[in-house]
Amino acid sequence: MPKRTIADVRINSLWCKRCGICVHFCPREVFVSGEDNLPRVRALDRCTGCRLCEYWCPDLAIEVLIDDE
Amino acid sequence: MALQDYIRSRFFPHIWCVGCGHGTALNALLRAVETLGLDPSDIVMVSGIGCSSRMPGYVDFHTLHTLHGRALAFATGTKMSKPELTVLVPMGDGDALAIGGNHFIHACRRNIDITAIVLNNRIYGMTGGQFSPLSGPGVVATTAPYSTYDPAFDVMRLAVGAGASFAARGSTYHVVELQQLLVKAISHKGFSVIEVLSPCPTHFGRRNQQGDSVEMLEWLKANTAKLGSKAAEENPELITRGIFVEDERPEYCEQYERILEQAREG
Repeated sequence: MPKRTIADVRINSLWCKRCGICVHFCPREVFVSGEDNLPRVRALDRCTGCRLCEYWCPDLAIEVLIDDE
Repeated sequence: MALQDYIRSRFFPHIWCVGCGHGTALNALLRAVETLGLDPSDIVMVSGIGCSSRMPGYVDFHTLHTLHGRALAFATGTKMSKPELTVLVPMGDGDALAIGGNHFIHACRRNIDITAIVLNNRIYGMTGGQFSPLSGPGVVATTAPYSTYDPAFDVMRLAVGAGASFAARGSTYHVVELQQLLVKAISHKGFSVIEVLSPCPTHFGRRNQQGDSVEMLEWLKANTAKLGSKAAEENPELITRGIFVEDERPEYCEQYERILEQAREG
């Protein structure tokens, strides 16, 4: 299997409604609730690229960018 | 195609409330369409009225936002005139099972190749939180301040009983499974019903001590189980998820085409 590098986890702050689903359910606790409850990536190195945050996000506001090596 | 290519991003952020399950259902549906590699110009999304029915506004397919409860009637006309198109119908509790109940059972009976996505949030959200035929007993709603006492429809049993050839239930907590169920429902030749347990934190959660969207998803995690699983067997109180029926049966448009051919031959 190719090694995957998580290039970025992007949050669209204009679409995000601050529900907190990504912060609460991320199995690797990548997010933290930041200023104004906007999720912030606190530990990109913990991200395994499972994309669950992307799939759960009711606002289509998260994008996980993965580089396949 | 990327997910962004399937949506009308100019209409985002969408109208749905904070943590609304319908957004997650839309998310799963777009990924199912992406998995199937469908061309957006080969898809028609038809809806009626309600929170769920706002979905066609956000997808860059052919879209029809029609009358309350009549989405399946419009969808039937669409499918019969252009059977080669994929027809998707997102519906709420009211559209599918109250005002549109009759259309729903007859679409099931005909087995027309349409995918009905019943977004079950157990409440009428858009009009302010009235109880619905999917609320079930013991639910507080604006029209039931002392709680409801009438039982809910079981969407799966109703769909199967009425003749749907594909019936499945998923939840917005179990997103990967939901995407897979949607792929199967859309691919199925015949009438497919997929019920999506979709939390309404604003009107259901708040009035029924179910908390916000995070708590409501935790509820779905704790109170549902896979069909045929040990957990479901041991606790009949759990709501089951999975495929209830997947049958091959003559499809309505194909049967109609056969009748036309017979008539032409004289």
